[in-house]
Amino acid sequence: MLARAATSWTILRISLEERLVYRGDFALGTLMRFLPIVTQVFLWGAVFSAVGSADDGQARIVNYTYHDFIAYYLLVFVTRAFSSMPGLASGIGRDIRDGTVKKYLIQPIDMIEFLLLYRVAHKVVYYAVALGPFALVFFLCRGFFPGWPDGPTLLAYLASLAMAFLLGFFLEATIGMIGFWFLEISSLLFVYMLFNFFFSGHMFPIDMLPGVWGVLVRAMPFQYLAYFPVAVFLGKVSGPALARGLLVQLFWVVFFAAASRLAFRYGVRRYSGFGG
Amino acid sequence: MSVIEIENLAKSYRVYQKHEGLLASIGGLFRREYRNVEAVRGIDLTVDEGQFVAFLGPNGAGKTTTLKLLSGVITPSGGSATVLGHVPWKRENAYRRRFALVMGQKNQLWWDLPANESFRLHQQIYRIEPSQFERTRDELTDLLGVRNLLSQPVRELSLGERMKMELTAALLHRPEVLFLDEPTIGLDVVAQYNIQKFLRHYQAVRKITILLTSHYMKDVMALCRRVVIINLGRIVYDGSLNGIIDRFGGHKIVSLQFTDGRIPPDLARFGEIVAQETPRVKLRVDRKVIHEVLSGILAQHVVQDVSVEDPPLEEVIAAMFTLTNVEEPEHPQLAPATE
Repeated sequence: MLARAATSWTILRISLEERLVYRGDFALGTLMRFLPIVTQVFLWGAVFSAVGSADDGQARIVNYTYHDFIAYYLLVFVTRAFSSMPGLASGIGRDIRDGTVKKYLIQPIDMIEFLLLYRVAHKVVYYAVALGPFALVFFLCRGFFPGWPDGPTLLAYLASLAMAFLLGFFLEATIGMIGFWFLEISSLLFVYMLFNFFFSGHMFPIDMLPGVWGVLVRAMPFQYLAYFPVAVFLGKVSGPALARGLLVQLFWVVFFAAASRLAFRYGVRRYSGFGG
Repeated sequence: MSVIEIENLAKSYRVYQKHEGLLASIGGLFRREYRNVEAVRGIDLTVDEGQFVAFLGPNGAGKTTTLKLLSGVITPSGGSATVLGHVPWKRENAYRRRFALVMGQKNQLWWDLPANESFRLHQQIYRIEPSQFERTRDELTDLLGVRNLLSQPVRELSLGERMKMELTAALLHRPEVLFLDEPTIGLDVVAQYNIQKFLRHYQAVRKITILLTSHYMKDVMALCRRVVIINLGRIVYDGSLNGIIDRFGGHKIVSLQFTDGRIPPDLARFGEIVAQETPRVKLRVDRKVIHEVLSGILAQHVVQDVSVEDPPLEEVIAAMFTLTNVEEPEHPQLAPATE
C-alpha cells in the first residue's frame, strides 16, 4: 500500500518536473485559452442589442440576461479547466501507433493510473500558472455574478468539479484506447470534440434547449463536463435535483472508468506490437 | 535449470495490403485486402539459467516477434512459453519485476528530463531499496562510463550515450532475464565495443540469462556461445557458432602468395578465384578436396605464403538464409540440430 503511494507520488513529481520544462510555451497556451470567451461575450452582446437593450441587463433570452451569459461563460471556463484533457486521447493513439505503449506492458505499472497521475500534474501546473489571470478576470467581472453560493452548494460545486475532471479523463482515455482497434482515431476524436462542444454547455447553456432536444442532451454524459457544475454554482440546480445530478455524474465517472479499463484489457490482447 | 521454455510457439498477424496510387487508396475505403503473415511458426526452444544466447536471422525472420512474445508485449496465436515459470502475456507484476527488455533505437526514458529522474522513477516502480539502488546505479554508470551525464536531459545525449542509459535503466532492478533487441544498432564502433565489453562482464559476474538479437556478427562472436538461427518463423539451427561453419560452410578460403610475383594461369582448376591482386590470390575450395588442392598447388608452384581460413561468418549465414528462403523446412542440411 505504502509502496504504491510512494510510486504514485514519484510519478506525480516527475510529471510535474516535465511539465515545467517548457514553461514559456505552457504559460502562453494558458493565457490564450481566455480568447474564445471574448468571442462569445461579443456574440451575445450583438444578439441582445438586436433583441432589445443589452445595457440595462434586464432583457432575457430563455431566462438568461446578458450578464447571466457572461457569468455563465466565465464559469464554464473554470469547469473546462478541470474537465478538458488536451492531447490525452490523441497521445494514447500515438503511443499505440508508434510502439511507445510497450513501456506500459513490460514495466510493472498500470497505464491508466500512470496517465491519470500525469494529468493531475499537468492540471496542477496549469492552475498555478492560470490562477493569477483567472482571479483578475473574475474580479473585474464580479458585477455579473449573483454572489457566492452558500456552504453546502459550494461543497457540491467542488465535488462536481472533481468529478468533471475524472469524467473528462476516463472519457477521453476510453476514446484513446480505441486506438488499439483503429489505428487512426483522429476523426473519432473530432466527432467527440464536436459533441462535447455542443452538448456539454460549452457553446451555450443547455437548459436553453427546448423539449425533446433538452431531454436527449441531458441524458448524455457531456453536460457534466461543463454545464452541470456551473448550474450548481449559479443555484439553477438545488435540493433533490442537485443530489440526483451528482449521483448521475458519479455514475458516468464509474461507467467510463470501467469502460477505459475494459478497452485497455481487450485492446492489449489485440495489440500487434507495431512500431518495431 | 531451464529459465525459458518455449513449445510450438506461433504468432501470425493480419496485415492490411495497401496498393500504390490514389485510386487504390479510394478503393481501400470500400474493400480491404488482408494478408496473413505468419511471423513465428511453431518454435521450440529451451534456455537454461546463465546462458547468453544469440538470435540470428534475416529481417522479418521472427526474432523481434519472439522477443515481444517472451516479454508479454503481444499474445501468441498458438503454442506455449514460460519464462521463470511465468506465462509472459499474462503480464503479472511478479514477472515484470524479474525481466527487462531493451530495444535498440527505442526510448523508454523521459525525453526532457535527466536520466537520473527516469532512474528514480524506476526505483519506485520496481520497489528497489534505496541503498541498493544507488549502488547498482553507480556500478552500472561507472562500467558504461556515463556517470557524469546523469544530470543531463536525455534529449541532449548522443545515441550511444542514450543507449547506455537505457541499458542502465533496464538493469537497475537486477533482472534475472534480459532481452536485448539489436542493442548496438546505429552505434559507432567504439560505443559498440564498450557495450559488448560491458555485457560480457555483467553476464559473467551476475550469471543472468540473456537473449540477444543482432545483425552484427561482432556482437555475436564477442558474446554468445550459443546461436539460434531463425528464418521465416522457424528455427533452422540451434548450437554453437563454430558449428555453423562446420555444418554450413562447405568450403574454405585459401589465400596464396606466389614467390615469382606472377599468378599461375591454371589456378582455376583448383577452385574458384574470389579475389586476385598480384601476387596474392584467394581461392574458394570445397572442404572435401582441400587436401588434394593444397598438395597440388604446392607441388606445382613455388608458394611464398599460404593460409587456409573459414569463410566469413556473414557469408555462411547469408547463404544459409537464401537457401532456407525456399519454403522447404525439410531440407536435409537444415534439420535442426543440437550440440
